[in-house]
Amino acid sequence: MKFQLKIWRQANASVAGKMVDYTIDGVNPDMSFLEMIDVLNEELIRKNDTPVAFDHDCREGICGMCSMYINGRAHGPQKATTTCQLMMRHFTDGETIYVEPFRAKAFPIIKDLVVDRSSFDRIQDVGGFVSVNTGQVKDANNLPVEKEKADMAMDAASCIGCGACVAACKNASAMLFVSAKVSQYALLPQGQPERKIRVQKMVAQMDAEGFGGCTNTGACEAECPKEISISNIARMNREYFSAGLLQD
Amino acid sequence: MSILDSKIPEGPLETKWEDYKSHMKLVNPANKRKLEIIVVGTGLAGGAAAATLAELGYKVKTFCYQDSARRAHSIAAQGGINAAKNYKNDGDSVYRLFYDTIKGGDFRAREANVYRLAEVSANIIDQCVAQGVPFAREYGGLLDNRSFGGAQVSRTFYARGQTGQQLLLGAYSAMKRQVGLGNIEEYNRHEMLEVVKIDGKARGIIARNMVTGELERHFGHAVVLATGGYGNVFFLSTNAMGCNVTAAWKAHKSGAFFGNPCYTQIHPTCIPVSGDYQSKLTLMSESLRNDGRVWVPKSQVDCKKRPQDISEDDRDYYLERKYPSFGNLAPRDIASRAAKEACDDGRGVGESGLAVYLDFSDAIKRLGQATVQARYGNLFDMYHHITGENPYETPMRIYPAVHYTMGGLWVDYNLMTTVPGLYAAGECNFSDHGANRLGASALMQGLADGYYVLPYTIGNYLADEIFTKAIPTDHEEFEAAENKVRERIEKLLAVKGNQTVDDFHKKLGRIMWDYCGMARTAEGLDKAIVMVRELREEFWKDVRVTGQNNEMNPDLEKALRVADFIELGELMILDARNRNESCGGHFRTEFQDEGEAKRNDEKYAYVAAWEHNGVDEQPTMHKEELKYENIKLQTRSYK
Amino acid sequence: MNWFIKAFTSTLGRKLVMSLTGLFLIAFLLVHAAGNLQLFHNDEGMSFNMYTVFMTGNPIIKTISYLLYATFVVHFLQSVIITIQNRKSRPQGYVKNVANANSKWSSRNMGILGTVILVFLVTHMVNFWAQYHWSEIPKKTYYTITFDGDEIHTAMKDTVQNIYTREQSMQMQNPTYENKVTDIKVHRVKDLYKTVEIAFKDEWLVILYLFGMLALSFHLLHGFQSAWQTLGVNHRKYVPIIKTVGWLYSTIIPALFAAMPLYFYFK
Ligand SMILES: Cc1cc2nc3c(=O)[nH]c(=O)nc-3n(C[C@H](O)[C@H](O)[C@H](O)COP(=O)(O)OP(=O)(O)OC[C@H]3O[C@@H](n4cnc5c(N)ncnc54)[C@H](O)[C@@H]3O)c2cc1C
Ligand code: HEM
Ligand code: FES
Repeated sequence: MKFQLKIWRQANASVAGKMVDYTIDGVNPDMSFLEMIDVLNEELIRKNDTPVAFDHDCREGICGMCSMYINGRAHGPQKATTTCQLMMRHFTDGETIYVEPFRAKAFPIIKDLVVDRSSFDRIQDVGGFVSVNTGQVKDANNLPVEKEKADMAMDAASCIGCGACVAACKNASAMLFVSAKVSQYALLPQGQPERKIRVQKMVAQMDAEGFGGCTNTGACEAECPKEISISNIARMNREYFSAGLLQD
Repeated sequence: MSILDSKIPEGPLETKWEDYKSHMKLVNPANKRKLEIIVVGTGLAGGAAAATLAELGYKVKTFCYQDSARRAHSIAAQGGINAAKNYKNDGDSVYRLFYDTIKGGDFRAREANVYRLAEVSANIIDQCVAQGVPFAREYGGLLDNRSFGGAQVSRTFYARGQTGQQLLLGAYSAMKRQVGLGNIEEYNRHEMLEVVKIDGKARGIIARNMVTGELERHFGHAVVLATGGYGNVFFLSTNAMGCNVTAAWKAHKSGAFFGNPCYTQIHPTCIPVSGDYQSKLTLMSESLRNDGRVWVPKSQVDCKKRPQDISEDDRDYYLERKYPSFGNLAPRDIASRAAKEACDDGRGVGESGLAVYLDFSDAIKRLGQATVQARYGNLFDMYHHITGENPYETPMRIYPAVHYTMGGLWVDYNLMTTVPGLYAAGECNFSDHGANRLGASALMQGLADGYYVLPYTIGNYLADEIFTKAIPTDHEEFEAAENKVRERIEKLLAVKGNQTVDDFHKKLGRIMWDYCGMARTAEGLDKAIVMVRELREEFWKDVRVTGQNNEMNPDLEKALRVADFIELGELMILDARNRNESCGGHFRTEFQDEGEAKRNDEKYAYVAAWEHNGVDEQPTMHKEELKYENIKLQTRSYK
Repeated sequence: MNWFIKAFTSTLGRKLVMSLTGLFLIAFLLVHAAGNLQLFHNDEGMSFNMYTVFMTGNPIIKTISYLLYATFVVHFLQSVIITIQNRKSRPQGYVKNVANANSKWSSRNMGILGTVILVFLVTHMVNFWAQYHWSEIPKKTYYTITFDGDEIHTAMKDTVQNIYTREQSMQMQNPTYENKVTDIKVHRVKDLYKTVEIAFKDEWLVILYLFGMLALSFHLLHGFQSAWQTLGVNHRKYVPIIKTVGWLYSTIIPALFAAMPLYFYFK
């Protein structure tokens, strides 16, 4: 297969970037998108050009490191799929493919397709945990959890923190990410003691990082590689409002 | 007497750890605040250690090469984590888990460490549940278990097919809490490139800021390495692209011995290689072998036929044939080797001929598609996704792939390497799995090391360090270490050769896979050692690394890693050549009984701990004799 | 007080305000539409004009109407702030963005739809509300005759006179005959109906109205269910109900409103 690639190139945060055209030939349909970029990079290196910088690690769709905006979609056109799991057979031969970084004020570009998502980390710093020290705990089965609740918590917890929700949202909102964490703990008995303070702190930090608000467009859910549901956002809203209104 | 002191406490096996904890030296809280600890790696081992040490009051700095601590490769573990909880009342116990682990490791692990691991395994589950890890549950609300990797008891806890992710996010959340409290300083997108030793003790590291390229100096009263495995020495493996040996290798070159480098685990059920562009291999959970049947055609001529067209009589269900009692559930090393044999025999399937069938048609007939879907739906989807083939209709094709490295930095009972103050935890040490790791035991080990072992043993060391003031990083040893790193980087950039880093990495992978992979021979290894040495020379003459140091430069990062992999490859081959026996993941073709690994306990019941003497020098091998006081060595049989 | 400030400063608080004001407007529109159905009575605007009198006179309704104006203002101001903030969250856009693959057009253009509604509203208020309250509009007289215990409403003076004269003549012929007309009331009210009738002969205004209602429909197609999601009402049992009701509301109510100008234009 052969493709025209238009890739965002930007040497670093302080210079302007632009779309640059590349042609790549001999692409095997069984290649993943990242392997196609690997091949391109090998060619660039052989030509003494600078290879395209992009984030990736596990290449199994679980670490959340890969993060491209492909043909106008976060992680490309395939549903419930990360960029690393996206196969070239889903494209048509000869197609022009746009490759851009995830864009948001809270995700500043570091280089080419690499962005800084440490804002997610900082949101979690303020409340994305249960305050329990190692060794302070009782036997695991002393804390039964309703299966359905546990399953829902697991649904929320399967978020890989890739930021596709932010990238796809017209407001660059991080609600899906934050609500998934808030939900996981709100659903489990372990999360109850810090339930109110957690949601308030995490939302405050989310706002401080410069993420936008939610317009309930559902783009995040549609583009989430793990198909996290926006019912989590509704839950977070409930948690937040009740924490605020019922506060002393 | 060897110079290696494993520092195993005296006393009966069952009470060693308790006694150790009761008698170890303590650091008072006021002093802890003055003690700084560097933790390199934020996987299960590093994340758990960093969080716990910070909870105890130490000042902790963490390092990882990803953009967030949450992305360490522990996240990719699917299957589950073992713990001797005996919730199923099926006769599990600490002793049984201990025994299974030793036996699974083909009697090449240290008794005391493994016993301790089994002992603390139960606490891990308690801890994770308290953190809010959403393990699978039964309708009664209690935790669910499954049997994994052919174990005869159900002791594996799991969270769908994402156990590693959930455990890691648990450890990460504990870390986050300490970051929020100001007890941990995170350095993400930082790659450790050197250990700093002052007066013989580890006192810090040099790390490269991967965003700016700046070389940074960091001081610590102690340094913990939890940097994962080095399976990527084979180029293709189930590891993440960034997994590397660099941190461990620098430690090795600074005096830490490397234990059993040749012990590699090859996982039998991975999606086969489809082309030379391939960058990594994807694991399919071992649980598939519970219902799938592995086969190849009996005759080579059938290999290119469609599997549907090959009649039942013309199929060779070789695992069932060779191992009637374990059948398709034979342990990983055995199943992998059997697949290789079938393919070497010319009976492999698929385009490359390097694959065997994993067939679910009987299971679908017996259980119905719905049940099969409920059990393995997500795995089938994943397979479909990657290969474009529908496994409900046509058998999966699988092939073994490098998955885990049992070898690693040699550590004593305290998890301290041979460099005082330098610790190694998780997959990057050599400790608990002997020559072969059982499924669901790596997660257990990483968390045991991080939550329950290191925080104690490190205190024991630091109790004597309370008068050591933080050493300013303009100390000459920091200077020297930084210069060493800078010179290496400059040297790499200056080569300006014609081959890419990946060219070399692929060549290295080829050599390692062909000669130091699933089956090894003295002859092949002798050949390989020459090849790797040549490759190293060629690398430093002809590699092309683009860009500069003072910028984000993935090409340079990779080059630095591959340079270390090449040196490691040499050591692995030497180790494999030295071990004239077959055990666990190390199979020497010369030493077998009709295809079964033949151990030589008389001569090789030891850990080979290698000391580095310089890149062009022969390393020195030190032996740690393995003494089995509580169990009897047996031949592992799964027939 | 803290939560009150947050309601206007945090992203979630702002959304809560949008949702509550939006729902209040939805409730209002339902009443407004029901009331305006009087326009379709073929009675020279009597029902309508009388209804208008009731709406502007009743003190409770007056209070509610002030609340309504405030709601509009808050909904509008908050929407401006939200839209600006949201824009700022992505200073540099994508070169290629295929948003309709993951979300509906209406959900992404609430601000634009709202602006169209605003333009419509201003015209609407100037045309009718301001006219009614502040300028001289012609008055019209209606009569209520109580005939044989029944009240008959009419705008025709002739009818009243005819009935009355007939009764009087009956009484003259037969002195025992009881005049069935026991009462005649005369109402003199502003003829808003006439204003409406005239206004909607202007095709540009009709077009603006149709456009406005189209915008409203799309605004609500997203807004109705969105408001509940914002409030945290998201349950697999109830979401389908909310969506259905929302869809019905967002199509029927604007359609009714749109029918009014069309009715007068073609009348
Ligand atoms: C696909 C797959 C499936 C698996 N499934 C299972 C399973 O079901 N059950 C089981 O028990 N085990 C499983 N394993 C094995 C297990 O996941 C790993 O052995 C274990 O998670 C390793 O944990 P760790 O903390 O030692 O290292 P890792 O999680 O690999 O973490 C390494 C850390 O070190 C950092 N690092 C590395 N090098 C440097 C450097 N030079 N400078 C700075 N930082 C560095 C990385 O950034 C990372 O944070 C699986 C492994 C794989 C690959
Ligand atoms: C003055 C004109 C109007 C403007 C400028 C306006 C603007 C907006 C905007 C921008 C939003 C989306 C806010 C977001 O991003 O979340 C919104 C939501 C909404 N609007 Fe309006 N609007 C107007 C009139 C109306 C009217 C007349 C109604 C109802 C009859 C209405 C009902 C709603 C509802 C229900 C929502 C959804 C609230 C939520 O998602 O929680 N709006 N409006
Ligand atoms: S590289 Fe890990 S999710 Fe894509």
